Amino acid sequence: MANEYAQHTTLRSPLGRVRGLGSAKGGTHHWWMQRVTSVALLPLTLWFVFSVAALAGTPHAEVVAWIARPWNAVLLLLSIGIAFYHTASGVQVIIEDYTNQEWVKMAAILAVKAICWILALASALAVLRIAV
Amino acid sequence: MSIMQDSREATMVGRRSDGSAVRRPLSPHLQVYDMLQMTSALSISHRITGAIWSLGLVLLVWWLLAAAAGPEAYAGVQWFMGSFIGIIVLFGMTGVAWYHTLNGIRHLAWDAGYGFTIPETYRSGWAVLIGTAVLTVLTWIVAIIAWA
Repeated sequence: MANEYAQHTTLRSPLGRVRGLGSAKGGTHHWWMQRVTSVALLPLTLWFVFSVAALAGTPHAEVVAWIARPWNAVLLLLSIGIAFYHTASGVQVIIEDYTNQEWVKMAAILAVKAICWILALASALAVLRIAV
Repeated sequence: MSIMQDSREATMVGRRSDGSAVRRPLSPHLQVYDMLQMTSALSISHRITGAIWSLGLVLLVWWLLAAAAGPEAYAGVQWFMGSFIGIIVLFGMTGVAWYHTLNGIRHLAWDAGYGFTIPETYRSGWAVLIGTAVLTVLTWIVAIIAWA
């Protein structure tokens, strides 16, 4: 009993524990950027969903012409960048909540970020190739 | 207590009355939620719809890459999107997207400190569900008119 007590207690002060476990000066950045990107995505989502719905069944040439319009191309590039940022940070939180081992957590988060970067850049390149 | 290597440990970390840390099982937490309750059901739905939308972004990437690649590649996308499975997937994605969007607004209101009372939470929850249905139907009316 005495042994067990010694094993599971700590002499560290609460402040010491916070300094050892707390954020590396990241603070609320991740949380805040999730909110900022979500606010930016509200008008972009409304625009994108209804625009694409209106493009249903449209032939290739007209769709390309629609993407090439400067205003549409700019909004598409914005949507791609912000959507993948928001996605990467959201999936990161899910991974952090449900993975149990540190290395699994880190590997999964890095993999998600890599996939998001690749897909975002590929989509942006597609828009630019059509629009430029 | 050293830095936690396994997050399951978090359910075992308690405090004695003198404040010292002790390892013992805590009372159940997630298990006590009734998932038929609207509050908890909508809460986990926000995360699930977010995860599904993440996967759905692949459709956006495919659509853009095919449009850039040319008419033949684009015909492949159009064939899938117009197929039975494609329409089911797109219809589901529309609902998922509007739910996550509207419930996201609900979350932003909570972040700003509004809507925390039980009646308000239920009212905003119903607003999200009804809004999702309305916007999903509206989106598909636009799509069907464009298609026809």
